[in-house]
Amino acid sequence: MIRISDLSKTFTLHNQGSAVIEVMRGANLEVAPGECVALVGASGAGKSTLMRMIYGNYLAASGSIMVGDLDVARAAPREILALRREVLGYVSQFLRVVPRVPTVDVVAEPLRTLGVEEEVARDRARALLGRLNIPQTLWSLSPTTFSGGEQQRVNIARGFVHAYPALLLDEPTASLDAINREVVLSLIEEAKARGAAIVGIFHDVEARNRVCDRVIDVARFTPVAA
Amino acid sequence: MIPLLSVQHLTKTYGRHIGCSDVSFDLFPGEVMGIVGESGSGKSTLLNCMAGHLPPDAGRVMFDTRTEGPRDTVTMSEPERRMLGRTDWAFVHQHARDGLRMGVSAGGNVGERLMAVGARHYGDIRAAATDWLGRVEIDTGRIDDRPSTFSGGMQQRLQIARNLVTGPRLVFMDEPTGGLDVSVQARLLDLLRGLVRQMGLSAVIVTHDLAVVRLLADRLMVMKDGRVVETGLTDQVLDDPQHGYTQLLVSSVLQV
Repeated sequence: MIRISDLSKTFTLHNQGSAVIEVMRGANLEVAPGECVALVGASGAGKSTLMRMIYGNYLAASGSIMVGDLDVARAAPREILALRREVLGYVSQFLRVVPRVPTVDVVAEPLRTLGVEEEVARDRARALLGRLNIPQTLWSLSPTTFSGGEQQRVNIARGFVHAYPALLLDEPTASLDAINREVVLSLIEEAKARGAAIVGIFHDVEARNRVCDRVIDVARFTPVAA
Repeated sequence: MIPLLSVQHLTKTYGRHIGCSDVSFDLFPGEVMGIVGESGSGKSTLLNCMAGHLPPDAGRVMFDTRTEGPRDTVTMSEPERRMLGRTDWAFVHQHARDGLRMGVSAGGNVGERLMAVGARHYGDIRAAATDWLGRVEIDTGRIDDRPSTFSGGMQQRLQIARNLVTGPRLVFMDEPTGGLDVSVQARLLDLLRGLVRQMGLSAVIVTHDLAVVRLLADRLMVMKDGRVVETGLTDQVLDDPQHGYTQLLVSSVLQV
């Protein structure tokens, strides 16, 4: 489902003496449907960078990133937008929403952009919010004022509301209590069972051992200083 | 798929001064394109050339018309272009008073655009105006009040109602949230996002506010000195900017 070949990444800092920083070279990764692969490595090793490149959020310097039939490294913006709508979900560590929009609509939005009817989408959103133990009294409020853990769960609900064939998870269990952590791990297991290909960053070792089939150390993609 | 709007090598100069130079891009149905850049970067000139308010010196603005397919709106006749401006296109000005008739009631402002495309039945026009005031969250009890009695945020929402009542396919927006309080901005952004999705609108939004484009635009174009220096997915351009000017722009935003 996801196949990365010979991927590299550089950042050029034009306003800081045009410094060129090479952060990744020769990255390869394959994730089959139903498989969950964990990215590990020290802070700054490039786990998030790799994940952002798969999502099309960072540009690749060279190489290819196949997600389904689309090479994200070469695709037009329009194609990446369609991929994100239909195929590729992303649970980031940050919740970015339009202020004032009720939580239930924030979660239902991915379904709405797929053309799912408003009430059907909201019902699915409510079911997930309930499962993730977000108090019902909060569903009609904007999540911008929620606690960190609540925002994290709203983000997770948003990422799981549509059955994406491929999912990127950036520390999905961070800042969650034991009960909610368990819910998130079940959601991941269910997504695998329906055939989703998942790439995740998990600092929570127990969680990683439970849901991940393989571990990739991104340090091996770090360019050796010349 | 045929682009709804295809801008090709659009150029406009003011004497020796460059307004915008050799700008090309395609906009597809349902897409929202943001154009950012500092004052004087040529973004408003570009918008006005696209919308037929300014004659470009060179280039083409192909629009996929309902009946005849893609046509160059630069070379079409003035009456044809005006008709497009009343039907398939909408233009939301930064200052609501530029897009409203301040001496006419709120309902009249919305109804007038319907009449311009041939609506004649008073009851239908009033019903549509009432419906649209509700959709942009203006108390329908204010339908007979003049916009001069409205707050800035209400005027801006009224301008949007007036523009969208005829069901356009393409909306040009010039700093639609400029000059409004942040709380009013948020409400307007939410409204615009909802309308864009419900109506399947395509839009071109000119702004200098990067937070606005992050929330509203799918794609982003960065302009400097009349030229496009960078384009791409909005989040990609903001999170991994390639051009030195974009990097400067992004790093200059004050964190709240």
